[in-house]
Amino acid sequence: MTQAPALELKGISKSFGPVQANKDISISVQPGTVHGIIGENGAGKSTLMSILYGFYKADAGEIFISGQKTQIPDSQAAISAGIGMVFQHFKLVENFTVLENVVLGAEDGAMLRPSLAKARKLLTKLADEYELNVDPDAKIEDLGVGMQQRVEILKALYRQADILILDEPTGVLTPAEADHLFRILENLRAEGKTIILITHKLREIMEITDTVSVMRRGEMTATVKTSDTSPEELAELMVGRKVLLRVDKKPAEPGVPVLEIANLTMVDSDGVTRVKGIDLNVRAGEVVGIAGVAGNGQSELLEVLGGYATATGTIRLNGEELDLTGKHSDGQSRRNKGIAHVPEDRQREGLIMDFSAWENTAFGYHHDPKYQRNALFMDNAAIKKDTQEKMDRFDVRPPDPNLAAKNFSGGNQQKIVLAREIERNPELLLIGQPTRGVDIGAIEFIHQQIVALRDQGKAILLVSVELEEILALSDRIAVMFDGQIMGERMPADTDEKELGLLMAGVTEGAA
Amino acid sequence: MESLTILLEVFNSSLRLATPLLLACLAGLFSERAGIFDIGLEGKMLAAAFFSAAIAAVTGSVWIGLLAGIGASLALAGIHGLASITFRGDQLISGVAINFLAAGLTVLIAQSWFQQGGRTPSLGDGARFGPLGSQIFIYVALMTVPASWWVLFRTRFGLRLRAVGENPAAVDTAGVNVVRLRFAAVAICGVLCGIAGAYLSTALQAGFVKDMTAGRGFIALAALIFAKWRPWHALGACFLFGFLQAISLRPDLIEAVIGFKVQVQLLDALPYILTVVILAGFVGSAIPPRAGGAPYVKER
Repeated sequence: MTQAPALELKGISKSFGPVQANKDISISVQPGTVHGIIGENGAGKSTLMSILYGFYKADAGEIFISGQKTQIPDSQAAISAGIGMVFQHFKLVENFTVLENVVLGAEDGAMLRPSLAKARKLLTKLADEYELNVDPDAKIEDLGVGMQQRVEILKALYRQADILILDEPTGVLTPAEADHLFRILENLRAEGKTIILITHKLREIMEITDTVSVMRRGEMTATVKTSDTSPEELAELMVGRKVLLRVDKKPAEPGVPVLEIANLTMVDSDGVTRVKGIDLNVRAGEVVGIAGVAGNGQSELLEVLGGYATATGTIRLNGEELDLTGKHSDGQSRRNKGIAHVPEDRQREGLIMDFSAWENTAFGYHHDPKYQRNALFMDNAAIKKDTQEKMDRFDVRPPDPNLAAKNFSGGNQQKIVLAREIERNPELLLIGQPTRGVDIGAIEFIHQQIVALRDQGKAILLVSVELEEILALSDRIAVMFDGQIMGERMPADTDEKELGLLMAGVTEGAA
Repeated sequence: MESLTILLEVFNSSLRLATPLLLACLAGLFSERAGIFDIGLEGKMLAAAFFSAAIAAVTGSVWIGLLAGIGASLALAGIHGLASITFRGDQLISGVAINFLAAGLTVLIAQSWFQQGGRTPSLGDGARFGPLGSQIFIYVALMTVPASWWVLFRTRFGLRLRAVGENPAAVDTAGVNVVRLRFAAVAICGVLCGIAGAYLSTALQAGFVKDMTAGRGFIALAALIFAKWRPWHALGACFLFGFLQAISLRPDLIEAVIGFKVQVQLLDALPYILTVVILAGFVGSAIPPRAGGAPYVKER
């Protein structure tokens, strides 16, 4: 029984100037299956999907949908061809209702009312069929990310999509939400829909896909049946060499408390209380990981510790109380005390993208005597030399101090920030989302550096939304929800399920 | 009895003065709801005021004048659209340029056509709107309020227009043409500004004089912010500004009510003072359409 593939690409190529983003890509996806596309950042996954959704025109190649050769010059054509796309960054109108977002662009006539009524009916039907319950009259801005994602899926189904493409769909979800999403996807597959899942998470690929394609540097390096492969093999195909998926580390030998936080409360400029009376200690020689879904106060906690937000409560570093509101509450004072900070958003807070690597390396440490030539001038040559050495030690590629930060890949940008902060030999390292947007090869390296710093007896506070990362690196885990710490767990005594519940604010019985 | 007549008189005069503000405010509402900030309302109104008066003076027909005014305003709207939508330029700079262009060009052309020191000749009977014609403008302006509300909140076009001002990427991925939608909004803005300008020079007054819009475009913008980009609230805001302009014309009344004499200059300045107060954000937070001011660039 051979059926025409739901989607078939033949020899798709696309280049931007000298950069070949897609090189002779061919895939064939059978209807009613889940096909995974996995690859590192910059491997060309997004470009390929943009071509499928009519954002870019391929330089060469053909697209077949259910055996029919199809041209996709714009998104309208993609929608008519039955392709639905759930973007990584949702394309929703925030102050519209769910119903209005679903109907937008697919109205039945010039008047809104009949379209909205029809959509309401269909939404109820889809909700029953696929576990896609969403309040049709809720405004998007009042919904959580998991719900917003359902709206995106509903949008695609409302447009009668047969092929559903999801780009990194679990990046913003709690484990429970991700599980629900996978149930939805399984229901859709059972109904005969074809699903293409783009991700960099090997676990997801193994869990839900039927077949998987691996992309590396714009090329499709392999397409295999998921049941015939293993995460290790896929990782190797993605990176092009053997990769250590687990973090190799000795048990921690925690010493005296370095960071002591008591009753810390932080109210942001909108008057919203982001951190609600937190108590937390980090000892020398241990990594404390803060797990939580983005937006539950972890960022604000880092901001307070890093010295760019004020707060009430007490924070002690090696027994000495820090100034939380006065003139010594700034980032410079914190650095002088030995707190180094790798911010969550490296492109906005960690680097100035248009400045060169050597300039970025001096930031925050520009008062360092060895960077000064005399009382008036800085010694740029010394900074460049220092940067060069750091780049060599951290294997930054290309190792060119004069290159602007924006010209490095995500992983190499992170290495520049990490080198700047770690090499100062801080008492306490604050590190937020260390591997967000970083490819597998660099993740391995960054994790090793963090563990090495720990083994030198330093205290490390790690904030990450990647539960796997938290579990792999932390010696102790604190879960944040709604500005509070829901509980602390030892990695050996807990699992993703329990942490996931805590992340959703559920505490089991008497905690 | 007498006070009632006076009250009606002030109400009437407020309404007449609020009319151009209301039309310009709704013009701005359409443009800004679609994500195109327009500080060129002033310039468009001024150009429309000039061309409607000038063409009416030349042809003797006020209706042809009105069409010419709308045409002039549309042309400037087209320039703004080209600069800010097609070429993704800075919307504020484009708006400022249009204001300067209109301020200079109207006087220059007026001088070259009529040699009366940058004004048009006084318009005779057939070349201007009489009392009845002026009434029609007022009704048109008032009708535009529910019409705008209906278009924005009850039609497909309105849904898309509001969406494109909030998140053009959502509209684009839904398969709707962002550029076309934004141009449509800018064109509606042009037409309404055109009517407002024509009203100034052919109904409220009889002819064009230099800078006759006198900041009304900016007052309309302030009213738009005050109204938080909602049609019915725009009516209220514009009426308030019209009322302030109306009482500044009756210093005797003010004196009778509050018991002492207020400087005429201070009264004249009232609408502008309120404008500054509103623009400085003293009326509470007004959240503009989220994608306002930013050109839409497709990402990935």
